[in-house]
Parts: sequence; C-alpha cells; structure tokens
Amino acid sequence: MRLRIFTIIALFILQLAQIKGFGFCSYAIFSSDVASEQNHENNAENQIDPKGIIFEHLGDRYGWEVPFAHHYSIPLPIIIRDYTGEWHIFSSAKLEHGKTYNGFYIAGEDSPYKGKIVGINPEKVGDDAIYRPFDISITKNVAALLICALVVVCMVFSIRGWYKKNPNRAPRKTKGMLEFIVEFVYGGVIRPTLGAKSKRFAPFLLTIFFFILVMNLLGLIVIFPGGANLTGNIAITLVLAIMTFIFTNIRATKHYWKEIFWPDIPLFLKFPIPIMQTIEIFGMFTKPAALTVRLFANMMGGHMIVITLTLLIFIFAAFGAVAAGGSLIISLAFSLFMLVLDVLVSFIQAYVFTMLSTIFIALSHESGHEEHNINEESVKRIDSADVPVENAI
Amino acid sequence: MELFTPDFGLIFWMFVVFAALLFLLWKFAWPFIIKSIEERADLIDKGVEYAENAKIQLENAKADAAKYIQEAQKQQAEILREADRIKTQIIEEAKDAATKEAKKVLDAAQVSIEQSRKEAELQFRNEVSSFALQVAEKIMRNKLAADNAQSELVNKLIDEVEFKNN
Repeated sequence: MRLRIFTIIALFILQLAQIKGFGFCSYAIFSSDVASEQNHENNAENQIDPKGIIFEHLGDRYGWEVPFAHHYSIPLPIIIRDYTGEWHIFSSAKLEHGKTYNGFYIAGEDSPYKGKIVGINPEKVGDDAIYRPFDISITKNVAALLICALVVVCMVFSIRGWYKKNPNRAPRKTKGMLEFIVEFVYGGVIRPTLGAKSKRFAPFLLTIFFFILVMNLLGLIVIFPGGANLTGNIAITLVLAIMTFIFTNIRATKHYWKEIFWPDIPLFLKFPIPIMQTIEIFGMFTKPAALTVRLFANMMGGHMIVITLTLLIFIFAAFGAVAAGGSLIISLAFSLFMLVLDVLVSFIQAYVFTMLSTIFIALSHESGHEEHNINEESVKRIDSADVPVENAI
Repeated sequence: MELFTPDFGLIFWMFVVFAALLFLLWKFAWPFIIKSIEERADLIDKGVEYAENAKIQLENAKADAAKYIQEAQKQQAEILREADRIKTQIIEEAKDAATKEAKKVLDAAQVSIEQSRKEAELQFRNEVSSFALQVAEKIMRNKLAADNAQSELVNKLIDEVEFKNN
C-alpha cells in the first residue's frame, strides 16, 4: 500500500515536471534560473496560458514529449500524402520547433489547422495555398494505441499461455488478477445477459473491455508509455462505439427489426406518418453516440481536472511565495485524490461501456416474444446478474 | 474546439489497431480462455459434488462403524457374561464332582477300613480263642500234675500273650 501511494506521488511529481516542461511558465517557482535558458520560447509572455496547456495535454501531438526535457521529444514517423498523391514518410523530429521539411510544417496558433501538419500548394496563392495533406501519421495517440494493443495482447496471451500449460489449474498473482477480471466481465455481465449467445459475442466484449481499461490506465501514467489521452479523445471512443454499433446490428434478429419498423403499437402511431419508426431509427444511432460521449467526456474530464489542479500552483505562484506554497499543498492533495479517483473511474468506465454494449447486443439478438418492455427487462436482468437470460424471461 | 472534431488519421489507425487486436484475440485467445475457465469451473463443481458425496458417505460409514462397534460391544459383553456363567458352572460342577468323588473315596476307604477292622477283630478273636483254648488245654494237662507248676505255667502263658500283643 505504501509503495502504491509512493508511486502515485512520484507520478504526480513527474506530471508537474511535464507541465513545466512545456515551457509556458517561465517564472514558476522551480525555474527562475531555467527561464533564462529558455530564450527562444515565450520570453515575452510572462502570463501562463492554462487553456493552451490543458488543450495541448488533452490533444494529440506529432512527437512524444518526455519529462524534464522540452527541447527533446521522442520522434515518431509522419506519414502523409501531398496534393499530388505522393507519399511522404519522415521523422517528426524534422518538424520540431517550427521547422519546415519538404514544404510541410506544423500549423501555428492562428491557423485553422492549429497543431496539424500543413503543406503549401505552389499552384495556388495566399491562404488557399495552405492545405491539409492526407495524414495518417503515427502521432502520439497512435503510438499509444499501438502500445495499449500490445499490452492487451501480452495480458491476454499470458492467461492463454497459462491455460495451455496448466489446464484445470487456477493461476496465481498477476494472471490470477487478470483471470479475475475476465471472470468478472464474462461471468458478471456477458453470460447473465447474453445467455446461450455469450460465446459468440464474448471475444468482442472482452476485447473492448480490456482495451478500454488499458487505455484508461495508461492514460493516467504521465511519462512515456502512457500519458496519451486516448479514451478522452473522441476519435477513439467513436470507433469503439461504431464497433458496438456494427456488432449490434449485423445479424440482428427479425424481432429486433420488427420492433424498429413495425412495433406492436396502435396503427396511427406508425402509419401513415412513421412516428415510432423515426424514434426507433433515431434510437439506433443515439445508443452508440451516448457510448462515444460518455467515455470520452468522463476520461477527458478526469484528465482536465488533474491538469487544472496542477496548473493552479503556477497560477497562484504569481501572488507570491505564501500563495504558491499553500496552493502547492492543496493542489497536490486534490490532484492526488483525483488521480486515485481516476483509477477507479478508468475501471468503471470500461465496465460501463462493456455492460452497455452487452445490453445493446442482447436487445438486438432477442428472439421473438411479445407484449413486454424489453428495456425494463434487460435492466432487471443486469440487476440480477446471476440469473441466466433464459430463466429470466 | 479541436477536442470534439475527430481526427481522420487517428480514426483510421484506431480501426486498424482495433480490428487487428480483435482478430488476434478472437482467433487465438478468448475462446480458448473462456473454454478453459468454464471447464475448470465444471471440474471444480464436480469436485465439490464428489467431495460432498464422499462426506455423506463418510458420515454414513462412521454411523455404520459406530453401530457395528456398539453391536460388537454388546456381543462382547454377552460373551463375557456367558463365559462368566460357564466358568461358575464349571467350577460348581467340578466342585460337585470332586465332592462326590471324595465322598466315594471316603466311603470306599471307610468300607475297607471297616472290613479290615472286622477281619482283624475276627482274626484277633480267633487267635484269642485259640490261645484261650491252648491255655485251657495246657491248664487242664498241668492240673493233673502240680498246683505250683500249674500257676507257674499260667503266668508264663499270660506273659507270652502280653509279649505277643506288644
């Protein structure tokens, strides 16, 4: 326990270092001497820009920053296709600190493509000449994505390896914990909800759970292998929700489509004006949309609060040493609390996403039976999680 | 608000990575893990059931054993009682037999004693009477000779008899 607390504090200090590493706060309590070295960056600007820092942290970048060294970031490959259809692959180090490479550079603060790579089309003039190339670079988020996928693969294959080697024996320690999580999701959510169909969808749901969990937790670690705000990025959650949407609707039962296009309600509600159909079809898309926003907003909010609390130290530092010291202690305590809370939230959000996906899939794979409220029933089914579906009906 | 506009590059990679991950895990890991977990759960269930049955059987066996032990103890007690009874009986019988035998021996001894006493008496009487006859015969013969000599003879004869009896 002590070790864990120590780890969290260490991570927190690293986080502080990283925020400072961005170099926005040249006057901050730690760095009055460092400031003189940082002459190429924000020397004129003595005010810190909390919004800029927060958004820079939450957003994506072309390199991967490392703590204590804001001149250097881990270079990542940039893959872009210019307007002629030619591919360019080069290191992100070539674009650092406003450099231009092959006519590409990272757009500045005032550009509509702020922070993204833009190129210049020589055939046009003025603002029109600046265009956004087709960009599938391995950015910080993509690299983090690959790392997370690798971690998930390692985790899952370690349990698989255990069972290959020791059939019918329970794993211990880390593998035991992983197995517990698998059993928690599979036995606690998937099997009670999907019943006989659970084998068909369990791989997808378990993958989505572990992937989200790992992305969430790695996002809380501020240094290299972590630190990317993955699940707090709407592109990631959107793809996850689309996956759920695909699994919900592909091979859905006749009953499900009938509920959407010809539900058992009084005729005037569905013909000639398709009121219910409109609502139902709308509902098909609001489900994944809710999934997207829920995960995204929760994780982004958590990150944002921690960063804001940390930034308070630098903001209050402007009012003198006492305010700096006081805010240091308070911020430290609060962000520590938030980080610990975020660990819990990481797990809960992964769980909620999986649970809702399971329910959506279960609803769309319901075989026909009449006169009931599916939603209520499935909620009840989740409540009494140990009753198999067939029995619950 | 760049946070709310998904970036194409990231969506593309996310699709690729997730699809690859899903394929890999679906193909090689999850079904096997789930199967293993369920098989193990079944095995444990069976094991528990077996253990419960075994426990019940053990309890039954224990009860049986207790019953047998009790019966055995009862039998043992009975046997002991019987043995005790037989022992007493044998002793009694032996005593009786011995008493009878002893009495028989005693009787036989008395009979033989009686008989030999009678024989002795008879013999004694015969001898006494023969002596008396001899004495009388000699007295009769000496009376014819002298009185002194007669009394001397009588004394001599009596001495003889006394000597013989001693």
